[in-house]
Amino acid sequence: MKKISVPRENHWLARFQRSTHHGDVLWSGLIILASLLVLALVIAIGWMLWQQSADARVKLGWGFILPTSNATWDPLSGVFQSWAFIYSTLMTSLLAILLAVPISVGIAIFLAELCPPSLRLPLNWMIELLAAIPSVVYGLWGIFVFLPKVVVPIGEGLAILGQVPVLNSFFTGPIPLSGSSRLAAAMILTIMIIPTIAAITRDVLLAIPNSQREAAMGLGSTRWEMIWQVLLPYGLSGMLGAIILGLGRALGETMAVTMVIGNSLEATNSLLKPGSTMASLLANQFKEAVSQLHTDAMIEIGLTLFVITLILNLIARFLVWQVARRTPQEARA
Amino acid sequence: MTTTRFQELIARNEVAHSQRRRITNAVMLTLTGLLTLLALIPLFWIVGYVIYRGGSTINLAFFTQLSRPLGMAGGGVLFSIEGTAVITILACLFAIPPGVLAAFYVARNPNTPLGVALRFGTDVLAGVPSIVMGLFIYVILVVPTKHYSAWAGGLALAILMLPTIIRTTEEMLKLVPHTLREGSLGLGAPEWKTSLSVMFPAALNGIITGFLLAIARSVGETAPLLFTALGNEQYDVGKIVQGGIQTHQSLFMIIGRIVNQPVDSLPLTLWKYAQQPYPERIDQSWGVALVLMIFVLLIEIAARLWVESRKRALQG
Repeated sequence: MKKISVPRENHWLARFQRSTHHGDVLWSGLIILASLLVLALVIAIGWMLWQQSADARVKLGWGFILPTSNATWDPLSGVFQSWAFIYSTLMTSLLAILLAVPISVGIAIFLAELCPPSLRLPLNWMIELLAAIPSVVYGLWGIFVFLPKVVVPIGEGLAILGQVPVLNSFFTGPIPLSGSSRLAAAMILTIMIIPTIAAITRDVLLAIPNSQREAAMGLGSTRWEMIWQVLLPYGLSGMLGAIILGLGRALGETMAVTMVIGNSLEATNSLLKPGSTMASLLANQFKEAVSQLHTDAMIEIGLTLFVITLILNLIARFLVWQVARRTPQEARA
Repeated sequence: MTTTRFQELIARNEVAHSQRRRITNAVMLTLTGLLTLLALIPLFWIVGYVIYRGGSTINLAFFTQLSRPLGMAGGGVLFSIEGTAVITILACLFAIPPGVLAAFYVARNPNTPLGVALRFGTDVLAGVPSIVMGLFIYVILVVPTKHYSAWAGGLALAILMLPTIIRTTEEMLKLVPHTLREGSLGLGAPEWKTSLSVMFPAALNGIITGFLLAIARSVGETAPLLFTALGNEQYDVGKIVQGGIQTHQSLFMIIGRIVNQPVDSLPLTLWKYAQQPYPERIDQSWGVALVLMIFVLLIEIAARLWVESRKRALQG
């Protein structure tokens, strides 16, 4: 028989094994280290952006990000006011949310409540594949197909609103022949955030216990009344979370927007005019920055973007977490 | 028995009401189906059009040649395919080990302060716009080393992949039955051995699916590469390796030369070509779009099919 060698009591290997609980101390040290590394990364991103934009924050002050009526961005003479880009970012993202929410909620209702089981899986997949298409491909398709075929006709239609007294500053036309405009960016963003919002809303609906549905149907409501008056209010905070995550995605989206928004530095209010979002400005100008202040100012824009998405994420996680806590883990029949 | 006027009114109202309710029901339910169709239009439109335009550009040379100067027909995007491969491999190397280890920690200790912080940090990381990652890497790597490089790009993509890797690995580890873990511990195996040779293999299929999804997402990303990898149309791994062997360089030096210079990646090339006013460049960008899309969608579909088949196998 082969003799199994056991390290003697005071052999260095035995002492090593004892002192590290047979390697467990090393292992837990390693996984804690990896976890700390990931955390440190998150903190480092915020801190580096904060530190690197210090000069810009001191020199440019709050005027850099506060609303101004005629924001100028002139790297050559060193005047930096980013309100035009913040405005474009907010406007395109909010419009995208406005368009995407009804569509996504409709999709989620269809997928969770109505869809025949044989169609459910392929449809789920297709909606999620929409999220997998790279954003540059969206941009390319946008420039050559979507803008001339869809956005330009819609833009020309909307230009009529430019005559209406209150709305005229938002719809001052005409839309450029290429279609590059804030409207185009908003519409591309709509397509891109639909899968995000629809998938989360669908999961929220699926997590609602069946007793709610049975109670509503038992009281004699139609299917739509059950969905509209019972399920949607029940899942409201989860859906808000989904919307905020979609908003976060829209705010940070870079490539597709850069390709269709026209990248103009002009500060106009109009949807039908080209503009620049914060992300698209970074994509366009960062490499060609003309001065240190220019670079720092753009890092400050990155910081602003980081802080906005951080806050949005906090809110969204809180809402989703609340739903998860409230909903009992009851399986759907 | 005569009906009172009151009952009559109720009856009439009931009829009118139920009709309205029925119609609302039918209209709204149909509408949800139509909205689903509406959302699928862009999917088919994009996929179809990219196949149509890209399909006419792609040939063998497209995959095997470097780009030619403008005005010369032909030429390919080999440089960009190689760049994508190098960046993606680097990103996996940077992201997978810490991601998997961190996932082991959260899966075991979800409620310790570090576990809670880590899960929150992962969520934040998943929400940070990808261009901000590019800025971050630019500030910490490109500025100190004074040049753009493949590994800066790889690192930027690695940060992007981390949340997906941590989350899927954590989910998969949680799905491993407790009995397996307890059995291994009961037999006297230490925790690390249980984790690495029992839990990890049991969850491996799902974990790899997570890797695949993370890779599919990062391959299509452009924004973090804009000011980290920059782009380099003369990139040729074959030439670097050949030159290295001829001048008897060590393996590390050759690898160093591969990763330490700016590279292109498919989405980056697409973006640059799409902005140029030359029709042949535009055609090539459609070709790149097709390659990119096929690659991403194939990975995505394969990963999902795998998950589905395994789910079915587990359910029996």
